[in-house]
Amino acid sequence: MKISLHGLHKAFESRVRLGIMSALTVNELLDFNSLKDYLNVTDGNLASHLKALEKEKFIEVQKSFVGRKPNTSYAASKLGRKAFNDHLNALEQLIKNVTE
Amino acid sequence: MKKEQDYFRDLVEIRSMMERSSKFLSLSGWAGVMAGIYALIGSYLAYYVLDFRPEELSDPSATAILPDNFGQVVLLALVMLILAISTAIFLSSKNAIAKGEKAWNATSKRMIYNMAVPLITGGLLILIFISKGWISWIIPLSLIFYGLSLYNASKFTFGLLKYLGLIQIGLGLVAACLIEYAVLLWAIGFGVFHIIYGVYMHIRYER
Repeated sequence: MKISLHGLHKAFESRVRLGIMSALTVNELLDFNSLKDYLNVTDGNLASHLKALEKEKFIEVQKSFVGRKPNTSYAASKLGRKAFNDHLNALEQLIKNVTE
Repeated sequence: MKKEQDYFRDLVEIRSMMERSSKFLSLSGWAGVMAGIYALIGSYLAYYVLDFRPEELSDPSATAILPDNFGQVVLLALVMLILAISTAIFLSSKNAIAKGEKAWNATSKRMIYNMAVPLITGGLLILIFISKGWISWIIPLSLIFYGLSLYNASKFTFGLLKYLGLIQIGLGLVAACLIEYAVLLWAIGFGVFHIIYGVYMHIRYER
């Protein structure tokens, strides 16, 4: 059984971050509340994971106003899409090796 | 360190998130069945009780002369529409809540917006046609634009809805050629096919 950890990105170790990236790869843009609904996490938890992804430059943040309320939307960056894709391929490879 | 089951679960989670955040999967099959039943009752009432015969209104010389009870036909259509929409909203919300999701989220919004554009276009066109007295076109137009809206919405919910849309478009085009069968074709499209679709969806996804 060969399990290579190569290719698995540290930033995607958390399942919440994986969830955020999954949702952002199939959606052009999602606001904070939509992400919160999909992931079923608390505001603070989601915010800290978003911060971490932002620091890696995997997501882009767009601030705007809906009426008077500030509204923050997130999009996956080019770099983030690539990293996520590589991570998926690595996961796939790992599972293939296990089942063989 | 993570184990292989964890990697597998990661992949399952990713897949489910991609699906949940791009498609509204709480659209109720029962709502389809109920809409079909309303449509069958409605078209029966329109044809046999209100004597609605659009083919007799297709003569160009007869434009702008509406039948006396045309108001009742429009009222009946509106009641059916409101019943069908409210049933769909009620049952789909129930489905979503049972799954622990919100019914009005980014995905359902996107589905509704995509449905609304062809549907409202068709509705306005029908009103314009009514105002000109071209009554016979109501049925083919309602089938065609409803079909287009389903086809458009299918990208954001169950893909099967695409075929229901195509069937409605096809029936609408046939109804435009064979105006004397328009009411029957409308009952088949909005009634029978809604019921078939709804039963299939219910068996496949909701049991």
